[in-house]
Amino acid sequence: MSLDMLIGLLLKALNQTAQMVAIAGLIGSLIGLPIGVFLATSGKGELFPAPVANRILGAIVNATRSTPFIILVVAIIPFTRFVTGTSIGTYAAIVPLTIATIPFFARLVEAAIREIDKGLIEAARAMGATPLQIVFKVLLAEARPGITLAFTMTIVSLIGYSAMVGAVGGGGLGDLGIRYGYQRFMPDVMLAVVVVLIVLVQLVQSAGDGLARRFDKRNRKN
Amino acid sequence: MTISQAAAQVAPAPVAVSTPMVAFEAVTKRFGNDSNQFTALDGVDLTVARGAITGIIGRSGAGKSTLIRLVNGLEKATSGRVVVDGIEVGGLPESGLRDLRRHVGMIFQHFNLLSSRTAFDNVALPLEIAGLDRKQIRDKVAPLLDLVGLGDKSDRYPSELSGGQKQRVGIARALATSPKLLLSDEATSALDPETTQSILALLKKINAELGLTVLLITHEMEVVKTIASDVAVIDRGKIVEAGRTFDVFTGAKHETTRSLLSAAVGTQLPEWIRAGLKPQPSIGDRILVRLIFFGDTAFKPLTGRLVAELGADVNILAGSIEEIAGEPYGSLVVAYPADPAVMQRANEFYAATGLATEVLGYVA
Repeated sequence: MSLDMLIGLLLKALNQTAQMVAIAGLIGSLIGLPIGVFLATSGKGELFPAPVANRILGAIVNATRSTPFIILVVAIIPFTRFVTGTSIGTYAAIVPLTIATIPFFARLVEAAIREIDKGLIEAARAMGATPLQIVFKVLLAEARPGITLAFTMTIVSLIGYSAMVGAVGGGGLGDLGIRYGYQRFMPDVMLAVVVVLIVLVQLVQSAGDGLARRFDKRNRKN
Repeated sequence: MTISQAAAQVAPAPVAVSTPMVAFEAVTKRFGNDSNQFTALDGVDLTVARGAITGIIGRSGAGKSTLIRLVNGLEKATSGRVVVDGIEVGGLPESGLRDLRRHVGMIFQHFNLLSSRTAFDNVALPLEIAGLDRKQIRDKVAPLLDLVGLGDKSDRYPSELSGGQKQRVGIARALATSPKLLLSDEATSALDPETTQSILALLKKINAELGLTVLLITHEMEVVKTIASDVAVIDRGKIVEAGRTFDVFTGAKHETTRSLLSAAVGTQLPEWIRAGLKPQPSIGDRILVRLIFFGDTAFKPLTGRLVAELGADVNILAGSIEEIAGEPYGSLVVAYPADPAVMQRANEFYAATGLATEVLGYVA
């Protein structure tokens, strides 16, 4: 394969991966964020006590997270078709990626919020804050570094997941690697795909780490 | 019906200055379920005077944290009434509680500042919660930071401040909504002795300048001794002693008060004396007496006169002079022969001068 062809294939695949990851990451995180907040605040005696709803939602989240992604992709094909009108292609692949992102991100957000000292919630209550004010002014503000890292981890995982949506014609880098590198015995393509993925993940991780560090005022030196 | 209740029925309108800022009436608080119950507070009756600094002291687990949290409704009493500035806290709906809390400041042992906000923005938080706009907030926060001595630290994050500075931010934050009552939950327990003194001085200044009522809980007698005009001692959920700090400290009756006191007030005997102490005298023994100077007797040269009066050898074994709630308090342990005639003369001298004494025992 000529270099031009290889670059052409890589760029197309990179574009597909970027689209899938960006859209699924954004929509999934937007939906996952409130779910994570709810999971972290709805236990017995907490801000929005709803232990039953908390347990049910927790069970759904666990079930979704323990379903292997490739099975999820196939299992929700009817839903995917309902949302996008088709069950194959890059846009169709975004649906299962989004569905997988929601519980993943929600659990990470929950953990980030649970890290916050309970004393801060008590202090805010003592100031006369409403539960919603506590969520926005205390929990989300204090968990911002943690949530940034959670988002970074989600994007990195999504890049990995997106390799599997070749199964429904989603395209992307992983799909390129499997179809050309593996099935057509082209190790140069495989190598190129792996290198691009490594660089991509490194960039995402460094950007996320840097941003989280900027938000984190807990260990500032004078 | 008491007289004051009868009077209240005749003229119930204005809240008189003399009514307490906080009143606990037969307050009981239990935690846990039916099978595993824990009584944190057991029939507490207590009033907190307006404009005063009142200390509640007890060991950890005595129930003081629960008690202070009942005042702003962070905890709810199982039975009994908690009345704050004429309003019964237990009867308030959640929105009423929030209004009340906006007029009751609170400071904490671990400061509880938001790490993501600067000193300025931490002090601004209660004002944001109360719905003030940017300009109103700016006008309020800057003078408060000046008041607590942190005018030049307003854009520092908590991680850049020392413990004492963090607590100053906490105090400024608690004062932001101009409360009538300040609750202090072990506010100096995480600070070193020197910083503790500076924070206590600040609380005293705020109490004097703003006329703010302060209710503080602590396990350190030193804190109560330094700033509280009134004190209540709590032990296993019950108030065992309460009154003016000086009276409670100098006339401690309850064993808990005494043991808490011994660390703070220099009344402990040296070990070498305590070891040889006997409850009954034998021939040739010496009697050990603690002389307590306070009020009038604190300023009179009584020790010299005692020595002259007894005409026997008197030796001084231990002594201290200190200030309790702003009043001088001296304690002097003396020994003289346990001879009936000498003791007789000494007792007559004590009676004539009004000197308070306590016989500690006898030594060979």
